[in-house]
Amino acid sequence: MSGYNKIINQSGTGAEKKTKGHWWMTVAPLYGFTILFVALPILYLIILSFLTRAQTWGVVNQFTLENYARIVKPVYLNTFKESFQLAILTTITTLLVGYPFGYFMARLPRKQKSFMMLLVVIPFWTSALMRMYGWIIIFRSNGILDKILMGLKITEKPLKLLYSYPAVLVGMIYSLLPFMILSVYSSTDKMDWSLVEAARDLGATRLKAFLTVTVKMTLPGILSGIVLVFIPSMGLFFIADILGGGKVMLVGNLIQNQLQSGRDWPFAAALSVVLMIFTSIMIWLYRKLSGVKDLEGLL
Amino acid sequence: MKKGRIRCSAIYQAVLLALMYLPIVVVVVYSFHASKSTIRWQGWSLDWYRKLAGNRGLLEALKNSLILAGLSSGAAGVIGTLGAVGMARVNWKSKGAVEYISTLPIMIPEIILGMVFMAFFAAMGLPFGMVTLVLGHTSFCIPYVFMMVKSSLVGLDKSLGEAAKDLGASEVRVFFDITLPLIMPAVLSGMLLAFAMSLDDVVISIFVTGARTNTLPIRIYTQLKSGVTPEINALCTIMLAVTFVIVGLSRMLGKKAPARG
Repeated sequence: MSGYNKIINQSGTGAEKKTKGHWWMTVAPLYGFTILFVALPILYLIILSFLTRAQTWGVVNQFTLENYARIVKPVYLNTFKESFQLAILTTITTLLVGYPFGYFMARLPRKQKSFMMLLVVIPFWTSALMRMYGWIIIFRSNGILDKILMGLKITEKPLKLLYSYPAVLVGMIYSLLPFMILSVYSSTDKMDWSLVEAARDLGATRLKAFLTVTVKMTLPGILSGIVLVFIPSMGLFFIADILGGGKVMLVGNLIQNQLQSGRDWPFAAALSVVLMIFTSIMIWLYRKLSGVKDLEGLL
Repeated sequence: MKKGRIRCSAIYQAVLLALMYLPIVVVVVYSFHASKSTIRWQGWSLDWYRKLAGNRGLLEALKNSLILAGLSSGAAGVIGTLGAVGMARVNWKSKGAVEYISTLPIMIPEIILGMVFMAFFAAMGLPFGMVTLVLGHTSFCIPYVFMMVKSSLVGLDKSLGEAAKDLGASEVRVFFDITLPLIMPAVLSGMLLAFAMSLDDVVISIFVTGARTNTLPIRIYTQLKSGVTPEINALCTIMLAVTFVIVGLSRMLGKKAPARG
């Protein structure tokens, strides 16, 4: 944002004002597309969530709060609860595993740093489904993991890990870990190390200096990582589907079911609106807490 | 003491990286497997690559995916670049709001975006297929290009454009002769990112595709739920190789991008 202001302030000359008339043409496509295909559809979804489902097929234009009332039913509330639990578990684990990685990465010499970045980014760019398929082969009964564990005499029988809660958790953590690593990395990289040195000079132990200075200064990265992991983990229905075999039900799966088999679009819309509100609250909290406008390490 | 600490961190990073690459390696290795079974290893072969060449459904899906990614990242390239350049100039009140809304597609969970489009396109009466796919994908491709170009504009030397204008160049001429060449690396790396994202997208595609248009991720997804043939492994391996090239290209371009403010 500061960049914009800089440019605008610098360009307030007379010549600029004369030509200003034409700049609307460059932003017109963005405005048009955003209003027509982002704002309008989202608005429609919100309206849809207040409409009544038709007896057989489609939607009746009749206002109702029924869709929202249904969410509070124990069956659906439970799905929200389970989704939250999985999302929180995923977020905590990625933070614990990813923080040291991102931190160490930022402390590497320059050349190694960019190489390490490449290594982290590549799995991220390969097909998510392909990586899930890899986990299927690993987790499958009598698959690679079972072979190794049974070979080492750690377990006697196949573990039957595929289509279980732990498998879904591993899939989630695995898919979202790079977000956490890159977020932590980007804020550690920007850190002013002289502050840590100052704390050490003043007699703080290494641990204390880390907890009081480093953690505080990398907080924007931590928070951004939490947002970037938590939000998608509520909706990644295909991971729960593929690795959980229908045993793990997330809000995402519920929405998909309502849309494709249940054919209850208004209810699915209401679920989406609730999820969207959660998302907005998280992003708002993030901005309040970190004071940063863009998410750290998003690109 | 210090050395020991560094070694510990190196081991940690190596272990985590190994775990990150494990599923990918597994898929690649089994693409060269002589048998369909993944239970017992039965030797190497190139059979699945040969079978892939004859699998018309799979290749058709790949073609659709490439067309889709090309069209959406192309459209996003134009809309996002023009938008970012223009947004830096106009001083409208609505600017902040539109910019915020335009980045929503990559901020909200994918499933919601998919649902939003499905409901909207159905209400509009658009036939589900390539058109709806391109519209949906363009929406989440734009933010990548927009953000890349926006950050490269911050570091841009304004005096070049002003010098050209003083010498009598029109605004359009300045854009094509000065601004665009300077931000081109950012435009291209944003578009490549968008291309990769579109190529990999399952969630939004599932919601906005028609019964007759298959994209590759949709096809893989349906197979993963019913039963996989190792032709998928072979295809994934080829696509991995392509990804390496794309990531490499994007990084080379990214390095040439003007210094970020």
